[in-house]
Amino acid sequence: MLHAADTQSPLLSMEAVDKWYGAFHALKNINLTVRKGEKIVLCGPSGSGKSTLIRCINALEKIEKGTIMVEGTKLDDSGKSIDAVRREVGMVFQSFNLFPHMTILENCTLAPMRVRGTGKAEAEKIARKYLERVRILDQADKFPAQLSGGQQQRVAIARALCMEPKAMLFDEPTSALDPEMVKEVLDTMIGLARDGMTMICVTHEMGFARQVADRVIFMASGEIIEEAPPETFFRNPSHPRTQAFLGEILAHH
Amino acid sequence: MGAIGQNEILFLAQGLKWTLLLSIIGFVGGGVFGLGIALARTSERSALRKTAAGYISVFQGTPLLMQLFVVYYGIALLGVSIEAWMAVAIAFTLHASAFLGEIWRGGIQAIPKGQTEAANALGLHYLSRMKDVVLPQAFKVSLPATIGFLVQLIKGTSLAAIVGFIELARAGQIVSNQTYRPLLIFGIVGAIYFTICWPLSLYGARLENRMAKAAR
Repeated sequence: MLHAADTQSPLLSMEAVDKWYGAFHALKNINLTVRKGEKIVLCGPSGSGKSTLIRCINALEKIEKGTIMVEGTKLDDSGKSIDAVRREVGMVFQSFNLFPHMTILENCTLAPMRVRGTGKAEAEKIARKYLERVRILDQADKFPAQLSGGQQQRVAIARALCMEPKAMLFDEPTSALDPEMVKEVLDTMIGLARDGMTMICVTHEMGFARQVADRVIFMASGEIIEEAPPETFFRNPSHPRTQAFLGEILAHH
Repeated sequence: MGAIGQNEILFLAQGLKWTLLLSIIGFVGGGVFGLGIALARTSERSALRKTAAGYISVFQGTPLLMQLFVVYYGIALLGVSIEAWMAVAIAFTLHASAFLGEIWRGGIQAIPKGQTEAANALGLHYLSRMKDVVLPQAFKVSLPATIGFLVQLIKGTSLAAIVGFIELARAGQIVSNQTYRPLLIFGIVGAIYFTICWPLSLYGARLENRMAKAAR
């Protein structure tokens, strides 16, 4: 383990959360507590609800039942609680979602300027700091389309970091990448984990899970099936569905 | 047959001035209100969406000529007396806002959902999400269609003649009646319209081409 998680009050918690898409029960009685500095890896077959789960945390999806708390803020329908949560939680998407009409630097300065009211010079200073950290500062004046997928995803990480979030959500950050670019993004994420960032990652990169995760959570059919530290999770998965899933993906890796 | 002298040319130039002014007023006014229509049409509130959709249907489903009549005589019936050019400007603004609103609605909806999600995840509010993220991309996508509509609008200003407004086409008709040289006069009038509209069409087509290449 890279960093011992804090034992204080949780940074983030989900209690008895249920979500439906029409008649489809997407999340079933989800209970999850994440302490400051913890790294969680969420895995499971496609359609198991793992992406939906993390998208509920920053209110990209609405929940029908249960409670989500982030840094003491209870997420409800009010714009105020959603704002508060989004200020503290950054997100990285599978398809990068950089703003194509802005330069890399502008992508990174927009939110601090508009949401935090940071001045332009200060926002650029922060942006350069994080672009440096993801080792892409030399591309600051280019447009997203001029960068490789791996570079774009690292910019997306820097863009989220510029809001100086308390936690980061990763939604299959390497799934849309060519194989040779997966490593540079994972290395960036590992660096972030080393620095103590609280992270919830939906990923099938089991090497990353082994190396970084404090806990690995396995989901299927909208439920959390199993939750364990990586050593236990990979060596002795207790649930047959976890065993079947691990058997399948590890056979391919 | 009368000769075509300086007076005739000046008269046509007067008409051209009004054609251009009407086009600009219609386009600018239509642009401002059209933006409102496009935003209402893509709003999360269904009442706004439906109102905007109704507005668009009415103005897309009736002839511009009729819209001109209704505004021109309608305002007079309300007991407000306004000048012909004001009535025409209002009618063109309403007309253009419906069409531009629908064109830009399409542009807004063509922007991938991930853009809005990324903006949301960063905590950006509606205003910034639209102004900084969605609209600049939507306008770019809609530019060829917008230019196409501008060309239609410029030619459509000739309909203002029906309520007694002397723009380029009507000026041509008057000069032609005085000089008895319709072919020459309307040839000149047509050439003037063409000189304005064709470069715009060409520019629109080129933009579309460039975007198609960039998307490949």
